[in-house]
Amino acid sequence: MKKRKVKENFMEGLFFIAAAASIFAVVLICFFLMANGVPAIGKIGLVKFLFGTEWSPSDIPPLYGIASMIVGSLYVTAGAIIIGVPIGLFTAVFLSKICPTKLYKIMKPGVDLLAGIPSVVYGFFGMAAVVPIFGNSIISGCIILGIMILPTIIGISESAIRAVPSEYYEGSVALGAGKYRTLYKVVVPAAKSGILAGIVLGIGRAIGETMAVIMVMGNQARMPVSLLKGARTLTGNIVIEMGYAEGLHREALIATGVVLFVFILIINLSFSALKGRKK
Amino acid sequence: MADCFNIKDLDLYYGDFKALKKVNMDIEENKITAFIGPSGCGKSTLLRSLNRMNDLIEGCRIEGSIKLFSEDIYGKDMDVTLLRKRVGMAFQKPNLFPMSVYDNVAYGPRTHGIKGRYELDEIVETSLRNAAIWDEVKDRLKKSALGLSGGQQQRLCIARALAVNPEVILLDEPTSALDPISTGKIEELLMTLVNKYSIIIVTHNMQQATRISDNTAFFLQGEVVEYSNTEKLFSMPENKKTEDYITGRFG
Repeated sequence: MKKRKVKENFMEGLFFIAAAASIFAVVLICFFLMANGVPAIGKIGLVKFLFGTEWSPSDIPPLYGIASMIVGSLYVTAGAIIIGVPIGLFTAVFLSKICPTKLYKIMKPGVDLLAGIPSVVYGFFGMAAVVPIFGNSIISGCIILGIMILPTIIGISESAIRAVPSEYYEGSVALGAGKYRTLYKVVVPAAKSGILAGIVLGIGRAIGETMAVIMVMGNQARMPVSLLKGARTLTGNIVIEMGYAEGLHREALIATGVVLFVFILIINLSFSALKGRKK
Repeated sequence: MADCFNIKDLDLYYGDFKALKKVNMDIEENKITAFIGPSGCGKSTLLRSLNRMNDLIEGCRIEGSIKLFSEDIYGKDMDVTLLRKRVGMAFQKPNLFPMSVYDNVAYGPRTHGIKGRYELDEIVETSLRNAAIWDEVKDRLKKSALGLSGGQQQRLCIARALAVNPEVILLDEPTSALDPISTGKIEELLMTLVNKYSIIIVTHNMQQATRISDNTAFFLQGEVVEYSNTEKLFSMPENKKTEDYITGRFG
């Protein structure tokens, strides 16, 4: 009897430890970032760091302003959303409500495959197919990122649309509405919060993406001047310079990570808020 | 008295399964006609053929003919959206859209091209009044319809159906999810609506059929066993199976 009790407790503990591991990892990352990044922000000065437009670590004295990278990240993320959301949403509606079963069996794994492609491969694709047309530029980054966020937006929107009760569909059709009017006026609006959640996750993916973006965007550390010119993102900044950075330069890069982390935190909070509203 | 529907030699299949067998029925205008019978007997299937909601089901096909005021509803010239405008429907579970009360009722008219605000206001108010729910919702027209009680939602569903100005209203067990008081209100409503509309109701509740319907059809395994004046069907059924069913021997 006692032995069984011990076993029960042991198993409970095992599950708890497993569940705690991921939380522990988050806390650890958070701690590492803050401990290494926040002092640098203090040294540089918060306003100079966030709003300074000059990033020149080799100058004397060095300048550590990441405003141009923040703007770069926002540009490329916004562009990805403009390209990815309409395509993703239409695809989700098609897959969930229009596509015949046979075609679905081909298309769905195709979309899933898109999610599994490593980002460096997207980068190659961008270098081979997009850069020759648009150059190493913001717009190339937008196009590649727009494709990369498709699986996220499609997957979440599709399940949100599928979760809309079929009674809504029937109710609209029974009033004489056609299929597309019903989808546009009733079904998609009913799935709105789920679709928004998908878009928010897509934003998270886009803002955090690194490798593919570096490969097509030129990465000039300056205020973006044109969609057809290069720019650098927050993630790109870290990866490009981390290899040789030392001292305050290195800390400033980690501080860039802190800013990125705060962005992701905001995005995840709005994701949870959207999910919560559904209930 | 004219007929709204004339159903002739109707067979209906779901794939290989024959759900309706040789149904012949003339449904009178401005009357309440009740379809009764045990689950799976085909009464809802027949109801859903009357506004072609069965079109949504893959593998469903019909033989025979259904005429709405002598127009073949499965004919080549029939515009299905127009048919569904003429033959409105309310379902077992209230299925209001997640929109405001107003937008729910205005959805149908808007679908059929009515845009003017004044005109829509008038249609919404008239429909709500006709569905005897105006007084309960007039102060919350702009609020979500999903905050209403089940009975109110069902009456609002009927109002929504009325808003496109149908000729016939189909009701698929509209009170089976409601409490007796809400049920009573719906029945009362149907009794007043029948002056302007033809009503066909599928019900599991035989008392309901006797209370409100003029004619009743008893279905069993895809066949119409007996179809006659409600009073006659319940007091002097001609068929032994009907008698067994209404006296509660099976079903």
